[in-house]
Amino acid sequence: MKEYLLLFVGAAIVNNFVLTRYLGLCIFFGVSKNFHASSSMGLAIISVITMSSMLTWVIEHFILIPLGVLFLKTIVFVVVIAVFVQLLEMVIKKFMPTLYNIWGIYLLLVATNCVILGVPLINSEAHFDFIKSTVNALGSGTGFAIALILFASLREKAQFSNIPKSLDGLGIAFILAGMLALAFQGFGGMIPL
Amino acid sequence: MEAIYAIFVMLGLGLFFGFFISFANKKWSVEIDPRIHEVEDALPKGQCGACGYPGCLAYAEAVVTNPDVPANLCVPGKAAVAAKVAEITGKKAESVAAKIAFVRCAGTYEKAVRTAVYKGISDCVSANMIAGGNKGCTYGCLGYGTCVKVCMFDALKMTDEGIPVVNPDKCTGCGKCATVCPRNIITLVDPEIMVKVNCNSRDKGPIVRKNCKAGCIGCGLCAKECPYGAIKVENFLAVVDSSICMEKCSDPVCLAKCPTKAIRPAIWGILPGTEVL
Repeated sequence: MKEYLLLFVGAAIVNNFVLTRYLGLCIFFGVSKNFHASSSMGLAIISVITMSSMLTWVIEHFILIPLGVLFLKTIVFVVVIAVFVQLLEMVIKKFMPTLYNIWGIYLLLVATNCVILGVPLINSEAHFDFIKSTVNALGSGTGFAIALILFASLREKAQFSNIPKSLDGLGIAFILAGMLALAFQGFGGMIPL
Repeated sequence: MEAIYAIFVMLGLGLFFGFFISFANKKWSVEIDPRIHEVEDALPKGQCGACGYPGCLAYAEAVVTNPDVPANLCVPGKAAVAAKVAEITGKKAESVAAKIAFVRCAGTYEKAVRTAVYKGISDCVSANMIAGGNKGCTYGCLGYGTCVKVCMFDALKMTDEGIPVVNPDKCTGCGKCATVCPRNIITLVDPEIMVKVNCNSRDKGPIVRKNCKAGCIGCGLCAKECPYGAIKVENFLAVVDSSICMEKCSDPVCLAKCPTKAIRPAIWGILPGTEVL
């Protein structure tokens, strides 16, 4: 149990995907202009990351490894995740319209995101079993959501500050992201990768 | 051998997923009324929310699916868009009342008293929160340009005198500035109106005089002067009934009598103090 907890906290905070491993930066800057959008995006990322890494684990261990074609995993994972996200979109559009209104566009945005592909690949490199992969994915997704929500809150605050004209907008966002990453660096090494 | 497996795995997965997705697409497809997108294309897509819906798509959806939603809610689009929306949805084309933003304050730096020096965030909402703002008049424009920042059509400009002016060619009447103003100074009026009262102060006459040289002191001279009864003094502030004023009056006599020149002919795009009577 302790092992899983450590894995979760490690993936969520210590080795945070955005702020220590610098993955998924396009979403990090693109969808962090307001708190509401960023929290919806965070939820979409958590669910897609977790479910797609479960799916890719099954495909890796029941198709790729028995047939000895593990070298195909990157391309296969891309296909699997793209299909899965499409499917998820269709299902929630049909059965949960309220959820679709909140998630809608964000779901398709995450389909080709590097974090979503990164987590299954890292799981595969680290030879995690099924439960460990799932916990790692859940932690990574939570970490991404935490970083995104923190950053969106900072940017909302920054709108009310006196910012030099030249830095207004994306410029100040980059500086804020750097400071946030610096703060997360403080956790560095507490739980190794 | 590996190469053959690789080909079969990719082919198999590709075929499987392809058929699966197309099957799912058929089975779980949601029918969307194509008119929603047609209406959305016809709208100006400023996403201003003047219609009362959060964005143009939401209004398009409402106007197509709900028969009670009228086709003329898009204020920036004016009559042309309303006609198009009515044509697509098959609803009755009703006219859109054109609106323009009007800043009900003429208290420039020169005319209105400032009681304090404010050095905080340059934003009216936060300036208004600190002891009710730094202007003697608690109803007047603070001049930090929150309305200018929120205007997505670039129709408002902050002047050096500390009062924003409205550009009548760019103002669409969406009302974003009116919502965001912490003192409710901006209202939406008919662009054809003859006279306007450039004051928002509900203070009594002597207090207004102490705070501002351009304020309405509620003396009621304009109300007495108006032959049609279009002007009333409510809470020490002259209020013009625009429908009576526009319909009946062609020669506004009220303007000449105002001792503080708070009531003026309606000219947009320049500061109240600079217009020629």
